[in-house]
Amino acid sequence: MPESMRIRFVNVATNLLVHDESIAIVLAAIGRRSFDDQVLPEGARRRIVDVGIREQTQIGVAAGLSLEGLRPIVMGYAPFLIERPFEQIKLSVTHQGASATLVSVGASWDASAEGRTHQAPEDVALMSTLPGWTVQVPGHADELETFLRESVVNNARTYIRTSGESNEHLFDTGAGRIVTLRRGSASAPTILALGPAADDVLAAAIGLDMTVLYASTVEPFDAHGLRAAVLGDSIAVVEHHVTGTTMSRVVDALRDRPMRFHAIGIDNPELARYGTPAEHKKAHRLDPQGIRHQISDIR
Amino acid sequence: MSIMTGDEKHSRASTSTLDVLWALYDRVLQVDPDDPANADRDRFFLSKGHGPVAYYAVLAARGFIDPESLRSFGAFTSILGHHPDRKLIPGVEISSGSLGQGIALGVGSAYAIRLSGSSARVFVMIGDGELDEGSNHEAIALAARLGLENLIVVVIDNDSSTHRWPGGIGSRFDVEGWRSVDVDGRNQSEITSAFTTSHTDRPLAVVAKVGGLYA
Repeated sequence: MPESMRIRFVNVATNLLVHDESIAIVLAAIGRRSFDDQVLPEGARRRIVDVGIREQTQIGVAAGLSLEGLRPIVMGYAPFLIERPFEQIKLSVTHQGASATLVSVGASWDASAEGRTHQAPEDVALMSTLPGWTVQVPGHADELETFLRESVVNNARTYIRTSGESNEHLFDTGAGRIVTLRRGSASAPTILALGPAADDVLAAAIGLDMTVLYASTVEPFDAHGLRAAVLGDSIAVVEHHVTGTTMSRVVDALRDRPMRFHAIGIDNPELARYGTPAEHKKAHRLDPQGIRHQISDIR
Repeated sequence: MSIMTGDEKHSRASTSTLDVLWALYDRVLQVDPDDPANADRDRFFLSKGHGPVAYYAVLAARGFIDPESLRSFGAFTSILGHHPDRKLIPGVEISSGSLGQGIALGVGSAYAIRLSGSSARVFVMIGDGELDEGSNHEAIALAARLGLENLIVVVIDNDSSTHRWPGGIGSRFDVEGWRSVDVDGRNQSEITSAFTTSHTDRPLAVVAKVGGLYA
């Protein structure tokens, strides 16, 4: 089983914190114990700010640190990191011209038993509306590490959505480009899988004449790579986000071609069920069987 | 101030801040219009971005902006909008307008300044109406827990809070561990003196009363 993204995040963030005095980590009660005070030097410990359960202030404080030249990494549960303080992300970070690397956990159904309050299938769509943000949904811990280091080095505004699910293998090189996972015939439909959906899409497409592409950077979207990779006249996007999250970028990239578009994602965020992540994935028809059912009649 | 005109200039909100702004920029803040990005400068965050004409007038008087630019207030090509934009105006530290953002920004800034070893201070101006925003209270509590001695919040009390503040505005800061002091917001000597109030290991709140009906 691949290393979890959450563990990799803590290890990489700790490494960055220790070796780069411009790095700060801003938490809101979640995750502080993941950073081991026994191994962190005093200077690094002082650059971890746990604001408590104050998510609006978490973003505001991160922005203030950025205005003074620090590079904050801000971690939290997706609904509380993105949705609750969205105005602070828009104004205290973006409008001020500040920078931050926001790293979420929880994704769409990692907290399946916690209920709707802890699920944020809308986060990627929401963050994609803000100018100047890179929005990434890594499908593997190695990708997460690359994205995190790139964001910090570039002092960028980046939203990295980690997931409890990982693909078995690393697909992306970290350049944010579209990767071809499987090539069908010249007229075959194309399936674009986002982040951790890739392995299930590959499993769903077994025996079908389809090209399968992979992307984990939603913004900026690799439109050039998509145009080069799509040969047929039909494309479906499969993502673990609200249905249609990435489709506007796909439509824009292929706007001069007569294409049929199929958006496959979470149709009903108000599922009102608990249980396991696997049960949620199945209920949203995003397990291999559900995906196959949705793509098998695409021509 | 009178040469800036426009329906949205929040005239009364502007005049309510004027004496405190002047006291700050004339006697308190260590800022230099010729070196506005000096690392050791004091930071002033106008969190109550409404009615910034007094702020603009003071910035012009202190040499941060050309007084002639005041005539263009609110125009498409002007650097001076009805809410300030830090990317357009020299010496303006934060963009504001949406209430309740400034104190958290100030906490982050003050924390980073303390890490750096600089003696710079961060001043945040809010309004008593703005204090209604819950985000302020997150940041007020955190600032005290972090012991941010280099953070000073000025509350302009012009009775614009919808439900007012029983027990006094200062008590909202005191209960979290701040030092607070009430002053006459029209008395510049009193205002200036308030900023010298001892507040070791804790932030300071200066509540400047300027009268009612938005003064």
